Amino acid sequence: MSVFVHKHSRVIIQGFTGQHATFHAEESMQHGTTVVGGVTPGKGGQEHLGLPVFDTVSQAVAETGADVSGIFVPPPFAADAIMEALEAGIGVIVVIADGIPVQDMVKVKRYAADKNAIIIGPNTPGIITPDACKVGIMPSHIYSPGRIGVVSRSGTLNYEAVQQMSELGMGQTTSVGIGGDPVNGTDFVTVLQAFEEDPETEAVIMIGEIGGPQEVEAARWAKENMSKPVVGFVAGVSAPPGRRMGHAGAIISGEADTANAKMDLMEELGVHVVRNPALIGETAKRVFS
Amino acid sequence: MNIHEYQTKELLRGYGVSVPDGRVTHNVDNAVAIAEDLSGERWVVKAQIHAGGRGKGGGVKVASSLDEVRQFTDEMIGMQLVTPQTGAEGRLVQRVLVEQACDIKKEYYLGLVIDRATQRITVIASASGGMNIEEVAKTDPDRVIREAVDPAIGLAGFQCRKIAAKIGLRGKQISEASKLMQALYKCFREKDALLAEINPLAELADGKLMALDAKMSFDSNAMYRRPTITELRDFDEEDSKEVEATAHGLNYIALDGNVGCIVNGAGLAMATMDSISFHGGKPANFLDVGGGASPEKVGNAFRIVLQDPNVKIILVNIFAGINRCDWIAEGLVQAMRDQEISIPIVVRLAGTNVEKGTPILEASGFPFIMADNLDDAATRVMATLEASA
Repeated sequence: MSVFVHKHSRVIIQGFTGQHATFHAEESMQHGTTVVGGVTPGKGGQEHLGLPVFDTVSQAVAETGADVSGIFVPPPFAADAIMEALEAGIGVIVVIADGIPVQDMVKVKRYAADKNAIIIGPNTPGIITPDACKVGIMPSHIYSPGRIGVVSRSGTLNYEAVQQMSELGMGQTTSVGIGGDPVNGTDFVTVLQAFEEDPETEAVIMIGEIGGPQEVEAARWAKENMSKPVVGFVAGVSAPPGRRMGHAGAIISGEADTANAKMDLMEELGVHVVRNPALIGETAKRVFS
Repeated sequence: MNIHEYQTKELLRGYGVSVPDGRVTHNVDNAVAIAEDLSGERWVVKAQIHAGGRGKGGGVKVASSLDEVRQFTDEMIGMQLVTPQTGAEGRLVQRVLVEQACDIKKEYYLGLVIDRATQRITVIASASGGMNIEEVAKTDPDRVIREAVDPAIGLAGFQCRKIAAKIGLRGKQISEASKLMQALYKCFREKDALLAEINPLAELADGKLMALDAKMSFDSNAMYRRPTITELRDFDEEDSKEVEATAHGLNYIALDGNVGCIVNGAGLAMATMDSISFHGGKPANFLDVGGGASPEKVGNAFRIVLQDPNVKIILVNIFAGINRCDWIAEGLVQAMRDQEISIPIVVRLAGTNVEKGTPILEASGFPFIMADNLDDAATRVMATLEASA
């Protein structure tokens, strides 16, 4: 098994005919993903990459039975696209866009409250269940099937951890990028819960960043609810307070927001904390064997 | 994006928030003329910079005569104002706000933020005004009231009254405070703010409420639809290297170490800095070249990092997903050639097209120090620094 996406997932791409969407849809298909079509308003009825294009997500769902959507529309239009996917009953929505206004996401979260859907992102490289389903922009060749779940806020740091795992012969059940924004679709707890319930996942690597209470909340949840070990790292020990480190969510605004404060608390709560980012793979190997 | 206090007050006045009468100026004669015009017997002269804690550094003074207005303005304009938020070098004061002084009976705190925990716009209020609210939250958490706003409903009247009552306002003040909160919320929504803070919110001798200091910051991702806020941006308040970086699509933040960093992705950039620190070094900057970095973009990254005279070595750490290592390598070689770089460069390449990127660096003839992985990169940086020391 895996979490959120697997080999039976039927994927549509919103903003399908755009340049980036086209490139990454093709990459996903080469990786074994079942892409069943896409949505570009005004281009309904056309064909793209040999697949049908629809004007609306509802039409795409009705015609193709899609249950996963990868959203590649630009930030100003992304919130609307997410709500459209929610309304159409899509179960897993992956939002790549970096730069969605925060207040747009506040609205989206409210709209999503009574829908039974998982929103991955925004500002994420996406989600991948190796050799089965990839929805996103990550370099798929570094991932391989295995027994470890990976969840991170950062994209490239996710790649870094996965590469370190690969060099030590460890693969992934699923790797989830929850994104670098302060208001995002899915938090660490939701992903940890999914990994805990997934029979194939034996352990989890959780990679956080400065800013916000998510990592510590997740560690607290894991202590009470998880049987599987969690390895954790928080980036930004060397980040100064008050400066936004690239990601809109990565800013130290209080004492509990610093990387060291978070890692100390996570350690107290039983997470196997890695202080040196170069040793994420090695620590995982040690904990899991 | 931040704006000045006088701009925030002007904006809030437009929404019906009571703020003291006052005007901003660049020069001493004007300051005196403003004070005369405002009448009264006492005035407040406030240095306008984008950092808090101004009072502690001598940037807020109460003048009891026009001569004092002249004296304080003269002292402030042109000074490097050092506050707990500016760093040791301080910030150049270019203008002051001259306001009528008020008789304050009590100070409250009122703020709006987008709270990470509730993922909603949240009102924060306290009877302990004038102080650092985070400090109050830590030492006396019961004195900080939080009320999250349902985005589908907006800030409801009953919520405002509840907050007002909880911080101890009475009688007419409750409806006055409610109006103020509604106005602040409206402004917050309509201008895509991330933070709006009135601290202190003063209760005057006659019982009326007034925003004595006000601070707002805005979501730069939403400024495309807020042109009136974008106009308020003051580039003098920002690091020129950071402004230049943004213009080139780079994300740069200056720090005080000597190891320049050029990385793709914010998380990996932070982890690279952490790795250097872990090995006992000090990063000179955060720099994220982002996705789809062209050779030109890499060249610009070098130019910006090298503007910092403290930089003794540069670590380039690229894990290419959307990026391509061959493009990055071409950019590196071009930068070495064009910018005649003489300090050592440690390079770690991984991911997409790494098999094409490494040979480009090797064939270039430049003495790149190649690293196999993140740990190796940080180790080589430290060894090279030591060898040259």
